[in-house]
Amino acid sequence: MSFNNLDTLYRQVIMDHYKNPRNKGVLEDGSLTVNMNNPTCGDRIQLTMNVEDGIVTDSRFDGEGCSISMSSASMMTQAIKGKKIEDALKLSKIFSDMMQGKEYDEDDSIDLGDIEALQGVAKFPARIKCATLAWKAMEKGLNEDNQ
Amino acid sequence: MNVREIRELFPILHQEVNGNPLVYLDSAATSQKPVQVIEAVDRYYREYNSNVHRGVHTLGTRATDGYEGAREKVRKFINAKSIEEVIFTRGTTTSLNTVAASYGRANLSEGDEIVISYMEHHSNIIPWQQVAKATGATLKYLPLQEDGSISLEDVKETVTSNTKIVAIMHVSNVLGVINPIKEITKVAHENGAIMVVDGAQSAPHIKIDVQDLDCDFFALSGHKMCGPTGIGALYGKKHLLEKMEPIEFGGEMIDFVGLYESTWKELPWKFEGGTPIIAGAIGLGAAIDFLQEVGLENIEAHEHKLAAYAMEKMSTVEGLTIYGPKDSSQRAGVVTFNLNDVHPHDVATVLDAEGIAVRAGHHCAQPLMKWLNVSATARASFYLYNTEDEIDKLVSGLIKTKEYFSDVF
Repeated sequence: MSFNNLDTLYRQVIMDHYKNPRNKGVLEDGSLTVNMNNPTCGDRIQLTMNVEDGIVTDSRFDGEGCSISMSSASMMTQAIKGKKIEDALKLSKIFSDMMQGKEYDEDDSIDLGDIEALQGVAKFPARIKCATLAWKAMEKGLNEDNQ
Repeated sequence: MNVREIRELFPILHQEVNGNPLVYLDSAATSQKPVQVIEAVDRYYREYNSNVHRGVHTLGTRATDGYEGAREKVRKFINAKSIEEVIFTRGTTTSLNTVAASYGRANLSEGDEIVISYMEHHSNIIPWQQVAKATGATLKYLPLQEDGSISLEDVKETVTSNTKIVAIMHVSNVLGVINPIKEITKVAHENGAIMVVDGAQSAPHIKIDVQDLDCDFFALSGHKMCGPTGIGALYGKKHLLEKMEPIEFGGEMIDFVGLYESTWKELPWKFEGGTPIIAGAIGLGAAIDFLQEVGLENIEAHEHKLAAYAMEKMSTVEGLTIYGPKDSSQRAGVVTFNLNDVHPHDVATVLDAEGIAVRAGHHCAQPLMKWLNVSATARASFYLYNTEDEIDKLVSGLIKTKEYFSDVF
């Protein structure tokens, strides 16, 4: 069996987020809503965020997709809660670098937490877009809000 | 038909992927190429690469003979009356867009209807959406039966005297279902509509006779039938093509060019603006020779057998749903499925680790996915080089996928 390689992709913590997604749903009073899909595969996400005084106070996601896209969305919503917009965007940059297999900036002020479990996705080029979907949605929403 | 011998002709099949022998089950996306096709393209570039229809020199003549010879092969392959009815295109998408942009825009207006079905590939939906938007015509969808097939009753109900175009796929790239094109064509014609057939998934697998089908247009792609990418064909009835305007203008397609007015070449060349896809056409010609040597009826029988075997074996996997008709005689070599609680992407990734290539996603058929009430599916598709042994590997790969995902939870 060559499934050892798969274990670098499907880490336990990823599966946990997939089966028990955090922040699943819609913020009815959310100040920001972003819809995004991955046209090649049909994955879609609706991300709602609340931003007050430049800080993401709350965030939920809804949608459907594979284990990688949904667990990544779950982790992302967790990670940005309570962060300043610029820190959330910085985290997104780190995540993007991680996905591309680049050296990423290990900023001590930003704790990657569960997100590090997604590192293995970089070795599966076909799945990188799954992992980045929720992050792209977050970036889009916060960038628009920042303007 | 000796599958072992056939496999020897496909160099790509003899490799390992992720440490396992490649099991290629994605021919509905694109087929692999036999050595005859690879060599025909190689020979053209090495020995007689030249532009067609103009060179007085020897290579130019050889290239023209190769290109036009390939057209005659396509004509015979689909049993068109004359080569005037066979236009080389980039593929099915371009063929269908040509009909929509030329015939559709010129002949439709408000109050007219275009009828397509819920199972269509995006390439047989969007060109008609655009025609409807541009002309004010109405786009209507044929409903599907429970098992995904089309009923003639529904066709008779949906197609009316206002219908000007009926455009239906011959074989579904998702459900594998073979549609009753001949009968649908009859209903279209009784109502004064023309019949457009998306043959991308039928031409590689079943014998096509456009005169018997009596369809007005038929589109096919070379790369799904052992030919190169970037080449396809559009068949059209001569009396319709004659009245149609080209959609691309420039070199190759002109007769006389004045300062403010120009005239077009005769059929089929008026639709082939620019230097044509010479190597592609020659490769497609070699693919047709190959398919005819094997015999389309043998290929069709082999695929029916594989589809029946796959459906039987796959239905033993607990939690696996197969979409489309249960009766394998009604379907080509396509089996689309989902595994409970495992997203098709994850299925495809785990199978890939086993060297098994399947497609996962919406298969360019989002309206059909909506009808099936799924966001995505996985698909295994078979061709003349696939074996029952490979289906066994698929089935054990699916069982391993299930186990893998139940283990990690």
